[in-house]
Amino acid sequence: MIEARELVRRFNEFVAVDHVSFEVAKGEIFAFLGPNGAGKTTTIRMLTTLLEPSEGQIFIDGLDVARHRAEVRQRFGIVFQDPSLDVELTALENLRIHGVLYGVSRRDCLARGESLLRRFELWERRNDPVKRFSGGMKRRLEIARGLLHTPRVIFLDEPTLGLDPQTRNQLWSHVRHLNETEQVTVFLTTHYMDEAEKVAQRIAIIDHGRIVAQGSAAELRDRTGTDSLEAAFLALTGAQIRDEVAEGSDFMRQMVRSRSR
Amino acid sequence: MRVIGILWLRQLIRQWRSRARIIGALGQPLLFLLSFGFGFGPVFARAGAGNYLQFLAPGVIGMGVVFSGMFSGMDLIWDKQFGFLRETLVAPVPRWQIMFGRTAGGATVAMLQGLLVALACVPVGFRPASLTQLPLALTFVALTAFMFTALGTGIASLVEDFHAFPLIMNFLVMPLFFLSGALFPLNGTGTLGVIATFNPVAYAVDGLRGSLTGTWHFGASLDLAVMGLVTLAFLGVGTLLFERVEA
Repeated sequence: MIEARELVRRFNEFVAVDHVSFEVAKGEIFAFLGPNGAGKTTTIRMLTTLLEPSEGQIFIDGLDVARHRAEVRQRFGIVFQDPSLDVELTALENLRIHGVLYGVSRRDCLARGESLLRRFELWERRNDPVKRFSGGMKRRLEIARGLLHTPRVIFLDEPTLGLDPQTRNQLWSHVRHLNETEQVTVFLTTHYMDEAEKVAQRIAIIDHGRIVAQGSAAELRDRTGTDSLEAAFLALTGAQIRDEVAEGSDFMRQMVRSRSR
Repeated sequence: MRVIGILWLRQLIRQWRSRARIIGALGQPLLFLLSFGFGFGPVFARAGAGNYLQFLAPGVIGMGVVFSGMFSGMDLIWDKQFGFLRETLVAPVPRWQIMFGRTAGGATVAMLQGLLVALACVPVGFRPASLTQLPLALTFVALTAFMFTALGTGIASLVEDFHAFPLIMNFLVMPLFFLSGALFPLNGTGTLGVIATFNPVAYAVDGLRGSLTGTWHFGASLDLAVMGLVTLAFLGVGTLLFERVEA
């Protein structure tokens, strides 16, 4: 469903993503992990047509992302790291705008909107302005919105950041349920290793712009001789805090801002 | 068309829900109308220039439209900061449709704001000279609204945060307004009059004043021509700048 071939992204001299290749099968839940500044967000931006790769190719649902931008966009949903709802509007109004942007008919939008809002336990609050929602409710609404146009793939960039364990747990059970019932492929990033371990069927770990390991959580544990994904992650990426890399990533973000569209 | 329509509607809904903004946008034009209108009215009359309130009201209406239009454009900065812009930029629709929807919505809001100012001018004593000219006046309101919403959107495409907003108001919009002839007649002002010929707000104000009170400086056809061209240019440049906004 997603195929990245030898992806490279440079920002001047800085190589943010360095010959990254991976494949995500249809219906799979795939976790993309890495320390801050490792190249996760740059990779997601390339996969979602927001940033052009310096080298390499991406295929989503068999379509070359570079050549079929609009068709590819129609096929995925995305929940960004930062919120992207219109908080002045109601939940339903946010869905309605999304439906129009993605060419969903009014009737389908209402029917599917209702079933998604019910599933994410937001139906009762459908006519409330989003500014009155809690952080967890906003996240759920964003995921529901991302699924409204029945995408083949949904990208979730740190969707549980800043949520309490209950909300995180519930959110993942919704995502897993949708993955099972609709066969939607899930590409997620997170810093919570326990989540990745529980939810994802396959995991790739990126560090310094390169993929350092790929496989199921069990395979990564076995390979590193550790007993948890977190220990495996630290064994693979080192225990140092990435101050230097964080600066690199700030630099990178500035470059992204000034050079891309 | 559906995309442009829904983004247009969104701007209207947001404005309608924010009553404070509707009232707030009336404040400044009315302050000008009341203080200048009644303050300079007697001097104006003594100079033999007629009724100052009649002269000033069209300028103040124009001010309301210009400010609301710029402010609507600045909504873009808001949407950048609060993330909604990304939702539209990653959608499978051409950028120009997003820009047009936003601009049409913002311009409609600015027109409505201008009509509110016009209504508020009536109890103060303003009377349009001829009702048959009202459609022409509306045309000028619409052109002004589109022009400045497009300009605001274009500028907002270039800036990342709200800090730029007061700068733009103080160093661009206020000078354009004060040098437009909204507050004083341009006849016999020498250099000021020459400067005004390069100021799109001067044509907007002249168009409004002409159609509402029958007093023209540049004339209807020149006003329409200049404003039409400048509006198209701002829409074009605004669209180009919006194309370059990073999602």
